[in-house]
Amino acid sequence: MADKISFDLVSPERLLLSEDAEMVTLPGTEGDLGVLPGHEPLITTLRPGVIAVKGGGQGDARFFVMGGFAEVNPEKLTVLAEEALPMADMDAAALNQRISNTKEDLLVAKSERERARLVQMLDSLEQARAAL
Amino acid sequence: MASVKEMRTRIASVKSIQKITKALQMVAAAKLRRAQTAAENARPYARRMANVIANLSAGVSGPSAPRLLAGTGSDQRHLVVVATSDRGLAGGFNSGIVRAAREKIGNLLADGKEVKIITVGRKGRDQLRRTYGKHFIANYEVGLKPATFALAQPIARKVLDLFEADEVDVVTLIYSRFKSVVSQVPTVRQLIPAEVDETEAQPNGSFYEYEPDEEAILEVLLPQNISVQILNALLQNEAGFYAAQMTATDNATRNAGDLIDNLTIQMNRTRQAQITKELIEIISGAAAV
Repeated sequence: MADKISFDLVSPERLLLSEDAEMVTLPGTEGDLGVLPGHEPLITTLRPGVIAVKGGGQGDARFFVMGGFAEVNPEKLTVLAEEALPMADMDAAALNQRISNTKEDLLVAKSERERARLVQMLDSLEQARAAL
Repeated sequence: MASVKEMRTRIASVKSIQKITKALQMVAAAKLRRAQTAAENARPYARRMANVIANLSAGVSGPSAPRLLAGTGSDQRHLVVVATSDRGLAGGFNSGIVRAAREKIGNLLADGKEVKIITVGRKGRDQLRRTYGKHFIANYEVGLKPATFALAQPIARKVLDLFEADEVDVVTLIYSRFKSVVSQVPTVRQLIPAEVDETEAQPNGSFYEYEPDEEAILEVLLPQNISVQILNALLQNEAGFYAAQMTATDNATRNAGDLIDNLTIQMNRTRQAQITKELIEIISGAAAV
């Protein structure tokens, strides 16, 4: 078993990060999960939250993602994020803006499913704000 | 023949046109580089996405498959999304896309299908409006800023809304694929039902565990994939547009140069002819005295 896992973080616009890390923590839809080298192959969706990289090429790093999904192999972890920002660029004001946007969307949401999705997103966003 | 003074003004005006096309060419070259990088940066995401979708869709089939993948079972109502640029001065770039769009729409109408059109970019809207104006349901502008996910998302939203409201069966996207700086290929691509590239599927795909289940993931992924494909089309369009503009303005600059040379020769001839004429007049005047 390798002692590092290669980790790629990509957003639709660019490749944000590509390096080897000891452990990566992901905000999975059904709970946070830590990914170590040799993880079972897995595909999971993500909720809005924080990705923490431990022991990466440039030390530890944290990113904020607005959902997306992750593909895990024993040697490789790929996160396709809808939107991703280094934690340093993320502040409470921007997060509050997101929360109020989501609330507005919720008011005009048409289908029940859409509403459920937005409520869940709002929850995760508020959690993220609390963690900030 | 025009007088020397008239020709001087003409040369001066061609020179200022040349300055403008030259400047445009340099701007296009700079923007091309940036647009090209943006298009390349977007590629890993699109590739992985296609990869995962191919893996997933191999596992789900039959009646439980999501409608974005399997379609509605009918192909009567078509939505065509035509992506062009906002501005011209780019040679045949927009005309190429519009020609592909006309062909596609013409074929669909000839087959008796119902067609709705969404245009992205002013040029496509203007060129298609005359013939197909009554099929338009929405127009978007690309704007001057580089294409971003935020630009693609409302378009994708609109497409998905129409599909979910059961107003369209098949969605096609027409854009210009950026093959290289000298070659942009107008491309017709089907968005819904999703075209799955089987070659992207990895043989070990079925070993994956899914959290939540495969269908729930596909339900998130497929709409996302529409946005990504539209973004990809916009980025390729942008790169292609600047490449086409660079070539077109480069040609214009060269043509203006040729024109200036010709005009200068002509002007010098006229001037010499005039001097010769005046000399003859003076000499014959003197001889007559």
